[in-house]
Amino acid sequence: MTAGTARAGLYCGILAAGIAAPLAFPSYTFQFAVLWIMILFALTWDILGGQMGYNSLGNIFFFGAGAYIGALVQIGLYYDVALYTASRGAILIDFSMRDYLTGLFLGILAAAGGATFLAVLFGRIVFGLRGPYFAIGTLGVALAAGELVATWDYVGGGGGISLPVYPGDPDDRSLLFYVLCFVSAIITYGVLRWLYTTRFGLALNAIRDDELKAEAMGIHTVRYKTVAWAIGAFFLGISGAIFGNMTGFIEPLEVAFPVATFGVFMVLMVLLGGKGTIWGPVIGAVLFHVIKEVTWTYLLGWQWVLLGALIIVNVIFFQQGIMGWVREKWPERFGVVVDRRTTIARSEDAA
Amino acid sequence: MSAPVIEVSHVSKSFGGVVANNDISLKVPQGRITGLIGPNGSGKTTLFSSIAGYHPIDAGSIRFEGSEISRLNVQKIARLGLIRTFQQTRIYGKMDCVQNMRISIPHRGAIWQDMFAKLSPQIVARAERLLDFVGLYSKRHLPAGSLSFGQQKLLEFAMALMNEPKVLMLDEPTAGINPTLINGLIDRLRRANEEFGITMFIIEHNMRVIMNMASHIYCLAHGELLADGPPGEIQNDSRVIDAYLGAH
Repeated sequence: MTAGTARAGLYCGILAAGIAAPLAFPSYTFQFAVLWIMILFALTWDILGGQMGYNSLGNIFFFGAGAYIGALVQIGLYYDVALYTASRGAILIDFSMRDYLTGLFLGILAAAGGATFLAVLFGRIVFGLRGPYFAIGTLGVALAAGELVATWDYVGGGGGISLPVYPGDPDDRSLLFYVLCFVSAIITYGVLRWLYTTRFGLALNAIRDDELKAEAMGIHTVRYKTVAWAIGAFFLGISGAIFGNMTGFIEPLEVAFPVATFGVFMVLMVLLGGKGTIWGPVIGAVLFHVIKEVTWTYLLGWQWVLLGALIIVNVIFFQQGIMGWVREKWPERFGVVVDRRTTIARSEDAA
Repeated sequence: MSAPVIEVSHVSKSFGGVVANNDISLKVPQGRITGLIGPNGSGKTTLFSSIAGYHPIDAGSIRFEGSEISRLNVQKIARLGLIRTFQQTRIYGKMDCVQNMRISIPHRGAIWQDMFAKLSPQIVARAERLLDFVGLYSKRHLPAGSLSFGQQKLLEFAMALMNEPKVLMLDEPTAGINPTLINGLIDRLRRANEEFGITMFIIEHNMRVIMNMASHIYCLAHGELLADGPPGEIQNDSRVIDAYLGAH
């Protein structure tokens, strides 16, 4: 079996599992949906954190921005936003299915566009920072966004916003959002996989390894950094809009801009799986999500302790992550080999 | 003398109270190898950094192919075709040699869509030819960071060639390389100059190397231009000898 067919088999297996999971275990549909969002989180965090070497602690900002932009569009299309938020959920808009889906679709679209725009805007500021200062700077953006939204009454302030209610069967609803999460995670993976085979992937790696050298060689570093962040923001914005609708309610600190939970999880999942690889974030996200759910279910009360222990072990003893470890163990499988031919001429003679 | 491709006139640069370059004027002629020598701390690397756009200069002007570049940033200058290498070798350590080469293609005129360009087989072939040229062909799939210091210098040189520069500014290309490898490197620098027509401006402490290669040499001392001339003349210049031996 060649590597190509093995890979095709793997992809088919994952797709089949993704389709079968909610049908086989309908009561876990929400959990499966969150898992796909976690994979999307990890993949988008790795664009900067792994491939480009910029550890952002503020990527959750785009998730929250997406959730809010999506909500505002969905409500604003059919109702006055200020009145709606002022009523604190007392107003129930009865959507027809058609209106609901239109709003949802346009909301997700606007969330993606809005988050991308914000990434370009804030990229101008935060990409002046390097190393730990970049991490702190981006963290500041996410924290500030949560606090600012909490005082902004138009969008419901600290009380949050109830999202429009799905006008149909609850099982259909959970399946709809599962499909949305599933499809966006798959698309994210596909787009990144393609991107990393182009000049874009190499430029990001060059910036990670030595940004000064990349500048000295004339690479448009600012352009690459901004686009890298914007691509991450695009998908995070989509995930935010979907997640907001899935939970049915968003508020700034715990749901939309949860810096200390989702914001940190996205970093941990990538560290666990292996930075700077395409599969690392995926594996890390699955493992992390399973560990998290198991401890939350069976070891309640100790879950944060165990999570903390996992982080410490990961960061101190296992920095390269799972994929990093695999690469170290079998480098030749990843093409790291010494060619016995010392020159091109000699290799042509042999052939 | 052919037309100067780099023209430095009356450039001064101070860091706080330290005058690193004082009123320096020099010309790097098209197609030749020009040397820059001087004792440690004489301002050679500062002058390189000024030309390559790493810091603004206090006074004077720097022209590249006739146009002023002293206010352009590093990337813009690099994209004009003026590439420098570093005293402390800089390569992309976690990427393999071929990847290092592939991303070192010239970026001048790159538009937005080029960010997502597939890398053509021609680029890979060119990368492999140049790696072969510097003798790193068999190690082309190893991470650049795992190469020895001397091999990293060769890789950095190959990356600079990949960029198809008009002028290559090399900061101590032979420092830290063993004598056997140095001969090979001199040969390759010469060939790059002759075959690819790349103008070179080289900082070098190894007198045997620079006297052999350069057609014209400038000597700095204490941030000022001390002497310039063909190698034979510089070698016998008493001021240059004094500067190196510390006599006053």
